[in-house]
Amino acid sequence: MKKLLLALSMAAGTLLSPYASALNVFACEPEWGALTRELGGDRVSVYVATNAFQDPHHIQARPSLLAKARGAQLVVCTGSELEIGWLPVVLRQSGNDAVQPGKPGYFEAADYIKKLEVPTVLDRSAGDIHPGGNPHIQTDPRNIAIVAGVLTKRLAEIDPGNADYYRSRYQDFDTRFEAAIQRWEKEAAPLRGTPIVVHHKAFAYLENWLGLKEVAQLEPKPGVEPTSAHLAEVLDQLKHQPAKMILRTPYNSERASEWLSERAKIPAIVIPDTVGGSEKAKDLFGLYDDIVQRLLSALQ
Amino acid sequence: MLRHLLCVAAAAALAAPVMAAEPAAGAADQRLDKLEQRLDRLENSPASNPPSSIGSFNPAVSVILSGIYAGLSEDPANYHISGFPLPSDAEFGPGDRGFSLAESELAVYANIDPYFYGALIYSLHPDDTASVEEAYIQTLALNHGFTIKAGRFFSSIGYLNSQHSHVWDFVDAPLVYQAFLGGQFGDDAVQVKWLAPTDTFIELGAEAGRGRGYPGSDRDMNGVGAATLFAHAGGDIGFSNNWRVGVSLLNTSPRDRDFTETDLAGNDAFNTFSGHSRTYVVDAVWKYAPNGDPVYTNFKLQAEYMRRHEDGDVTYDADGALGATNSGAYDAKQSGWYLQGVYQFMPYWRVGLRTERLDPGSVDYGANNANLAAPDYNPSRNTVMVDYSLSEFSRIRLQYARDKAYQGVTDKQIFVQYLMSLGAHGAHQY
Repeated sequence: MKKLLLALSMAAGTLLSPYASALNVFACEPEWGALTRELGGDRVSVYVATNAFQDPHHIQARPSLLAKARGAQLVVCTGSELEIGWLPVVLRQSGNDAVQPGKPGYFEAADYIKKLEVPTVLDRSAGDIHPGGNPHIQTDPRNIAIVAGVLTKRLAEIDPGNADYYRSRYQDFDTRFEAAIQRWEKEAAPLRGTPIVVHHKAFAYLENWLGLKEVAQLEPKPGVEPTSAHLAEVLDQLKHQPAKMILRTPYNSERASEWLSERAKIPAIVIPDTVGGSEKAKDLFGLYDDIVQRLLSALQ
Repeated sequence: MLRHLLCVAAAAALAAPVMAAEPAAGAADQRLDKLEQRLDRLENSPASNPPSSIGSFNPAVSVILSGIYAGLSEDPANYHISGFPLPSDAEFGPGDRGFSLAESELAVYANIDPYFYGALIYSLHPDDTASVEEAYIQTLALNHGFTIKAGRFFSSIGYLNSQHSHVWDFVDAPLVYQAFLGGQFGDDAVQVKWLAPTDTFIELGAEAGRGRGYPGSDRDMNGVGAATLFAHAGGDIGFSNNWRVGVSLLNTSPRDRDFTETDLAGNDAFNTFSGHSRTYVVDAVWKYAPNGDPVYTNFKLQAEYMRRHEDGDVTYDADGALGATNSGAYDAKQSGWYLQGVYQFMPYWRVGLRTERLDPGSVDYGANNANLAAPDYNPSRNTVMVDYSLSEFSRIRLQYARDKAYQGVTDKQIFVQYLMSLGAHGAHQY
């Protein structure tokens, strides 16, 4: 039986192998898919497991993910337990040795980033907390720049034949991206110190980057949907501690922030927190362009 | 780790030929050097002491707690599925009336080393007994899509079979599972699974095991007591829809598998069956969530069909209690199905409907047709449930069923159930 399967597998492998030329990359979130494309160009074939309208905390291990993980040579994910509800089961059942945790084919971006909001007490009564710290690292482009360098090294390690190609693409990307970061920082200068309300604690790194001041969350506890009692409390709090705007991700329902927006008379805006989250966020450059523009127009 | 990678990358860079020929390469190296310095700064900056994480313990531990209140219009002691007699140790029926602790589960799991994953799921029953529900090892390092699993585990046949009861959408297993698999089919076995290198999910697998549970029976001999074959396929339709279908076969050879059935004279006769049992399962699941985000609304439709062919010998009155022990040929072809839909209409709230029916098919008792009657009743059940999940880790469920599993009676069943998990955040199968 096993012999037959092995023979079948090898036959199918030669006929159907989708990675005859390009390096097959399985990206957990769109930002890592976009970054890998920036660095890998036409030498990588990137599959992105989730989209910007999915809450990354609630992804299911659907069959297509197993099929894609089986053929991957590199898995690029956020880590910090963001994918804990689905990725372990996908990797375990993929029958693919190369992308198991600990192997060069498994890359967690958050490993290289200094995390914010690392909890000091681990108790689920505090809601859905991540022991390693807030995993939404991609809202600060400086983190993307760090990950780009480490990911380039990883690409070069896995695919040494194209190492020079990855390095030169990294150099090009890093030059353009660093310049863009400086431009964004200049444009966003008026935002420094702006008090904001967020739906979910998804923007900690954005706040840290641009100097926004988070005064309240619509979720009573991380991962718990807003309740009317909690919203009333936030509204009350805003009376003596005003905020300028309410931020939510594309995957948060608009109901809570619109409710508060109407009563507190401050704008509620959608901030795309990854590539594909808005019309303009087509790539990493468009993403932060759009984030900064949306924040600025809400300030006026 | 990072330092190691940097070394590897640096070595690779040195080894790379004709690098100096390209002027860009030097600048890239400088940049990478700069990055390394940046990383060094990060690494040398005073470490914020991360607390020990639940997930960082080796192994991860999780506990499922569940309790139930059952209001049943009929005495559960009389519960049976007409035409589908089950051995005394099979799991079927609605359980006890009133308050009871449901099954509590203790799960311990971790990667053993780079090559194996291991899990132990220990089940604590309300009557103060305990059992090993699953205890298996699974390979991590086989390539070409292969995984091998060994130990005690729920078979991968069908859809619901490999899922633990705490992730079911209803309090109880469908009637087909109770009638044909005695609840769920778990075995002490070896499983080989192969994932095809295709974009569409295609999985083929086979299991060989002891065959200790219904529809098999435990016996002391060499060789394979139960074997299964299964094939699953699945994929996405856009971002919002995904699906999985499967066909499976379970083949066992029970020896002296007992069942008690009312005979034509109206006595409870203790009988045994020995022979071959083949169960075919067809399963299909479709899940919908707008943009693939199930948080606010989602819908799941799932159906399974089972058909079983058993042939061999039945010994009527095997214990001689009626003084009429008699062996005869036996041949039965029976089937059944369920169809269920579960809809989450707002965050945390779901409603579900399940309808199911068994077909008594053709049952020939051979020489024992004089003692035992072929069934001609279609057991059926309709169930509605609503559940509320306060978080990913807690769920409270209300369920109502009209159960016509045995002829002439409608058992009206109300259940209130809580299901909670604490400890490590496990990943769920599809």
